[in-house]
Amino acid sequence: MHFELSADQKLLKETAASFAKRQSPLTRARELRVDPRGYSRELWATLGELGWLGLAFSEAHGGLGGSFVDLSIVLEELGATLVPEPLVPSVVLAGGVVAQLASRAQLEQHLAPMIAGQRTLALAHAERDGRYDPCWITARAERRGDSYRLDGEKVFVLGGHDADALIVVARTSGAAGDRDGLTAFVAPPDTPGVQVSPIATLDGRRAAHVKLDGAELPVSSRLGDEGAAGPALMLALDRAAAAACAEGVGVTRAVLEMTAEYLRTREQFGVKIGSFQALQHRAVDMFIETELVKSASIRAAIALDAGEPTEAAWAVSLAKAQLGVGGKYVVQQAIQLHGGVGITDEHDVGLYFKRMHALMSSFGDEAHHVARVARSPLFTAGL
Amino acid sequence: MDMSFSPEDAAFRRDAREFIARAMPPHLASKAAVDGHFEMSEIMEWHRVLFTKGWVAPAWPVEHGGPGLTATQRFILGEELALAGAPGLSPFGLSMVGPLLMQFGTEAQKRRFLPRILSGDEVWCQGYSEPNAGSDLASLRTRAEDDGRGNFVVNGQKTWTTYGQYADWIFCLVRTDASGKKQQGISFLLVDMKTPGVVVKPMLTIGGTPAFAETFFENVVVPKENLVGPLHGGWTVAKALLGHERTMIGGVGASLRALARVKRIARATTRGGAPLLDDPEIAAKIARLEVRLRSLEMANYRTLATAALGHAPGPESSILKIRGSEIQQDCFELAMELMGHDALSWHETEGAVPPLEAWVPSTYCYNRATTIYGGSNEIQKNIIAKLILGLS
Ligand SMILES: Cc1cc2nc3c(=O)[nH]c(=O)nc-3n(C[C@H](O)[C@H](O)[C@H](O)COP(=O)(O)OP(=O)(O)OC[C@H]3O[C@@H](n4cnc5c(N)ncnc54)[C@H](O)[C@@H]3O)c2cc1C
Repeated sequence: MHFELSADQKLLKETAASFAKRQSPLTRARELRVDPRGYSRELWATLGELGWLGLAFSEAHGGLGGSFVDLSIVLEELGATLVPEPLVPSVVLAGGVVAQLASRAQLEQHLAPMIAGQRTLALAHAERDGRYDPCWITARAERRGDSYRLDGEKVFVLGGHDADALIVVARTSGAAGDRDGLTAFVAPPDTPGVQVSPIATLDGRRAAHVKLDGAELPVSSRLGDEGAAGPALMLALDRAAAAACAEGVGVTRAVLEMTAEYLRTREQFGVKIGSFQALQHRAVDMFIETELVKSASIRAAIALDAGEPTEAAWAVSLAKAQLGVGGKYVVQQAIQLHGGVGITDEHDVGLYFKRMHALMSSFGDEAHHVARVARSPLFTAGL
Repeated sequence: MDMSFSPEDAAFRRDAREFIARAMPPHLASKAAVDGHFEMSEIMEWHRVLFTKGWVAPAWPVEHGGPGLTATQRFILGEELALAGAPGLSPFGLSMVGPLLMQFGTEAQKRRFLPRILSGDEVWCQGYSEPNAGSDLASLRTRAEDDGRGNFVVNGQKTWTTYGQYADWIFCLVRTDASGKKQQGISFLLVDMKTPGVVVKPMLTIGGTPAFAETFFENVVVPKENLVGPLHGGWTVAKALLGHERTMIGGVGASLRALARVKRIARATTRGGAPLLDDPEIAAKIARLEVRLRSLEMANYRTLATAALGHAPGPESSILKIRGSEIQQDCFELAMELMGHDALSWHETEGAVPPLEAWVPSTYCYNRATTIYGGSNEIQKNIIAKLILGLS
C-alpha cells in the first residue's frame, strides 16, 4: 500500500499546476462567464497537445494509456483555478461512452479528433423525470430501415451548447429504469429534428437542453449493439462522478488556502480575525473535510483503475457522497468566514462556491450516492 | 498509488486473525461477541496471551522484546484485534511509559521496569490530570520536594486516573519548581502505588463501569532514582509522546466493528414486521455514517503508508483523533436510535434485550469520553489551527 506519486506523476502534477496558473488563472474563469462559449477552443487544442484529453484512454482507443489516478492529478490542479474547458463532460463522460462502444472507424471519426483537441463531445442522457437514475430514459429510438428516428427530451447536457457532436442515449426497447434496451448514437447538433437550447449553469458555465423531434440518424451513427449501451453509460457516469471529486479536491484545497489567508490578514476589534477561536475551529473543520474529500477521492480513483465493478461503484459513491457533505461544508463556511465580501460577485470565493455546487449536482448528488452505498452488496457483506 | 496489501502482509493478516480466534479463551470470546465491558483481570489475561505470542508490544524495538513487525504489520495486528473485539490492552505501560523510558530512562530504569511492563507483571497508570489541571495541564500543582536524603516527598491529587485502582505503578507529572514559567518546573516521576500515603478512590463512569479513580498523595516518599529525564524537564518528556505513531489513534477498526453492529441491529430489529434495514431512510442514515467512516479509513491508510515509509506523519494524520472519536460516538448514537425502546435497557439486567444490544447503552454513555480524553477535540483543534493553518 502506498499513495506516493511516481516521478512521472509528480511531473504531471507540477506541469498541470503551472499550466493552470499561467494559462488559466482564476481571472480567466471569471472573464469567460460572459462568453457565450464559456471556454476557448485554442486552450482546448493546447490541452490536446499536452496529451491530457487522451490521458486516461487506452492506447487501443487512441489515448496515452494512463490511469484514472493520472487523470485525477490533472483534474485536481485544473479544479484549483476553475479551468473552464469541458474536460469532464467531453472527455470522461461522452468520450467514455464512445470509447467503450465505438467501432474502430467510429473511434477514428469521433474520439481521435477530440483527443487531439480539435473537437468536443457532449453526452445527452439525463431526463428531467429520472433525476440521477442513469437508466431512467424514456427518449425513444425507432429503427426505420437504414436509420433510427429519435424522439424525447434531454436536460443539462453539459457542454452541449457548443459540442461538435452529441452522444445521445435513447431507448430502443424496454421501459424507463430498465438497464437493457438503451442505445447510444452520435448526433451532429445540426441534425434536423435536434434542437439544442443553450442554458447557463450556476457556475458560469454552459450546458444545453436538447429536444429530439423525429431526428433521423443513420444506422452507422449507432455506437455498439442495439440495446447494449447501459453498462457503458453507467461506467462513464461513475468515472465522471470520480472526476468531479478530483476536481472538487482542487476546489476545497484552494478555498481552504484562501480562507486561512483571509483569517491571517483581516482585522476586526484590533486583532486578526484568525485569533478568534470560533473561527479557528471552523477553519479546522474545513481542513478536516478537505482531507476527507481528498482521501475518498483517492480511493475512488484507485478502485476505478483496479476495475472490480462492485468495489469501484461503491468507492465512487463513497467519494461523491463525501464531496456532497464535505465539499459543501468547506465552501459554505468559506463564505461565512469572509463575511460580506464573500457575498459579492467580485470576490473569488463565490466562484468556488458555485463551482462546488455544480460538481455536487452533477453525476449524482449526495442523496443518490448515499442510496447507492446502502444498496451495494458491500453494505451488508460479512455481517 | 496502490491500495492493496502485499501478499506477505495479507498472509500476516490471516495469521493474526487465526491466532486471535484460536487464542482467545471462551469466556473472553463470549464477551467480545456482545462487546461487553472487560474487567481489568480479563484485560490482563489477554495481555498475557499476547505476551506469550510475542505480540503484546508491537511497536517496541526488538532489543526490548518487541516482535520486529513493520509499521504495516503493526497496523494490521491492531486492526484485527479491534475487529475481533478483543480486550483493549492498557496503553499506560505499553504505549506511554515504556516508550518514554526507552527514550529518557536510565539503564537501571529500563532494566527494572520494561520487562515487567511487557510481561504484564506490573500494571501502570497515568497521573497527569488534576482537579484544576485538565486541558491546561501545565498548571498542575501536585508538588515533589527534595527531602535532602535522596528522596522526593509528593503531595497533591491526581484525578481521572484510569486503572488507578488496579495499578502497581503510576507515572506522574509533578511540580518541582514553582518559580518560573509553568511548563518549566515540571518533572516526570515514577511512583510505586504501594508507597504509604498513596490513596486511591475508584469512581464509576457513566457507562456503569469501573475505569478510573482519584489518586491522593500525602507525604509520599519517592526515591530520586525514580525521576525520568532531567529535573524540571518533565514537560519535554511528556510531549515526546505526541510525535509517536498515529495509525491507531482514530479507532477506525473499532468503529468498523461498531458500524457492523449497527447494521446487524437494523437487520434484526423489526417495525411492523419489517426489518429496519429495509427502510431506505434508515439504510441511508447508516450509509451516511459509513461514508464518513470510510473516508476516515482512507485518511488512516494514507497515514499508515507515510509511516511505513518511515516519514513523519502528514497533515491528514492530525484529523484522525478528532473525526475518529466523533465517529466512534456516532456509531453508538445511531445504534441507540435504532434500538427504540431497547435503548432504555441497562446491562445490569441480563436478557432484557437481545444480546446484540445489551451493552450498547453503556458503551454509548462511556464513549462520550472519546472526544475528551487524550486531549479534548477542542484542544486538538486549537493545535491544528496554530500549527497547520497558522492561525493565532
Ligand atoms: C475516561 C477518561 C479517562 C481518563 N484517563 C486519564 C488518565 O488515566 N490519566 C490522566 O492523567 N487523565 C485522564 N483523563 C483526563 C483527561 O485527559 C482530561 O479529562 C482532559 O484532558 C480534559 O481535562 P478536564 O477534564 O479537566 O476538562 P477541562 O480542561 O476543564 O475542559 C472542559 C471543557 O472545556 C474545553 N476547553 C478547555 N480548554 C479549552 C481551550 N483552551 N479552548 C477551547 N476549549 C477548551 C474542553 O475541551 C472541555 O470541553 C481521562 C479522562 C476521561 C474522560
